[in-house]
Amino acid sequence: MNNSQLKSALLRLGDDALILGQRLAEWCGHAPALEEDIALTNISLDLIGQTQSYLSLAGSLFEDGVKTDDELTFLRTDREFQNLLLVEQPNGNFGDTIVRQFLFDKFALLRAEHLAQQTFNSEAAAIAAKAVKEIRYHADHSSKWVIRLGDGTTESHDRVQKSLDDLWKFTGEMFISDEIDRAGVESGFLPNLDDLKKKWDEEIDNVLGEATLTRPEDCFMQTGGRTGIHTEQLSFMLAEMQVLPRTYPGTSW
Amino acid sequence: MNATHEKLREEFDAYVAEDKKIEPKDWMPDGYRKTLIRQISQHAHSEVVGMLPESNWITRAPSLQRKAILLAKVQDEAGHGLYLYSAAETLGVDRADLIADLLSGKARYSSIFNYPTLTWADMGAIGWLVDGAAIMNQVPLCRCSYGPYARAMTRVCREESFHQRQGYSIMMELMKGTEDQKAMAQDSLNRWWWPSLMMFGPSDKHSTHSSQNMKWNIKRFSNDELRQRMVDMTVPQAELIGLKIPDSDLKWNNETGHYDFGEIDWEEFNNVLSGNGPCNKERLEARNKAHDDGAWVREAASAYAEKKSKK
Repeated sequence: MNNSQLKSALLRLGDDALILGQRLAEWCGHAPALEEDIALTNISLDLIGQTQSYLSLAGSLFEDGVKTDDELTFLRTDREFQNLLLVEQPNGNFGDTIVRQFLFDKFALLRAEHLAQQTFNSEAAAIAAKAVKEIRYHADHSSKWVIRLGDGTTESHDRVQKSLDDLWKFTGEMFISDEIDRAGVESGFLPNLDDLKKKWDEEIDNVLGEATLTRPEDCFMQTGGRTGIHTEQLSFMLAEMQVLPRTYPGTSW
Repeated sequence: MNATHEKLREEFDAYVAEDKKIEPKDWMPDGYRKTLIRQISQHAHSEVVGMLPESNWITRAPSLQRKAILLAKVQDEAGHGLYLYSAAETLGVDRADLIADLLSGKARYSSIFNYPTLTWADMGAIGWLVDGAAIMNQVPLCRCSYGPYARAMTRVCREESFHQRQGYSIMMELMKGTEDQKAMAQDSLNRWWWPSLMMFGPSDKHSTHSSQNMKWNIKRFSNDELRQRMVDMTVPQAELIGLKIPDSDLKWNNETGHYDFGEIDWEEFNNVLSGNGPCNKERLEARNKAHDDGAWVREAASAYAEKKSKK
């Protein structure tokens, strides 16, 4: 895995965390209960922390000079972001947010566990080791809510089943390997996504079973996030997120 | 019966006068209980409604670090809401009922949150001035006669002082920046200064709850005393970073050792209090929408918990 590939892999890690953290922050003050305001904000905060670490490390690998985490966050265009399409999907109702989180958390946890143990890049390993502890809590939180909503009332069951059906088309992208992934696997930095998918399937099925939810049939999977081809949602999100640094270039806050 | 009540009342007053703490199971006069429920729940509501003007800027925070700090701050506020509702519940009320009163507009919350947050600098002004005023009001409450409230306030104040520092740090950074940033900071101070002073409530001549609350050690200092402290503390902080307090009557008084300052626009104060502030309607609508949208989630959680407890 060369420097440029490592940089891309780190950008993907940072962008997944950033975009999902930004989405969750939109919930702040509007959650179904005060406890969930705290939980969602806390998860968002963890993800923004992971973003800072991954993007700073990615920023140190640019050949034309170091870029800061803020430059990468606030001054890239939508075509330069490499996050999964799943994490940029709008919050929708609480069930949509929880299912999006659940599908991602289970993937992110397996990925971070590998990253924490690899020896190819020790700085990334240290970031991932901290992230594992956080994501374990996130996955526990989202899994428990999937179960509560799935096995709660008829209404909640139907709602969360619909969330699952609607978001399923974004799950395939998590496990597609391109040359960066292949180089990452070869050097030991990234996990083998086929192996990861087997574990993910098993964990998803366990939770869905307990939640009395039906796993959707594998449909046509939407892809493009890793190469910067996003859904229509991302550009609006960036417009909001980047408004101040772009309006007042060169300022510090 | 009356004689017993009288005796209990005398014992209670003597106990409180000795600066001792009342705990949930202790006898207390109805008026004391009612006052505390009103005050603690208003305080809890203020924390919860107070999340809205700040969460308005989380998604637009201009750096990742500022975003993280603001997230942590608003999360703290939700936490304050939680332990204040718990403190109120020790007095025999239910959080759901208290929240219902907030949502119906029956219960009050701090009027300051009915002002809009229009620029990033408002995150600075809120932390510095609004949390500053809140600390001024709340530090004495750490010694309040009601144990659960006093203990909750100790924790709240610790976190509020971090909030105040982060607010001032936003202002400081802006005042070190470009002309646009300085103007943004000054404009924000101009809009938040007077509403912050209004946070201490009506002037002592018009305050209805004060004297009994002082006797009960629920209140330690009068509204005007606390307001004066706020002015004395804040003016030098503004000067230090080059901000101008928007009050032409403001000047240092050598004789009193305090700043003299202009009269608050009490008409504005009363208007915002009675529902005519810029955002009164929006804040309540936002809380009601969150509550209504979340109803199916709360129902599902209860239904699931019930199923589990039966197994």
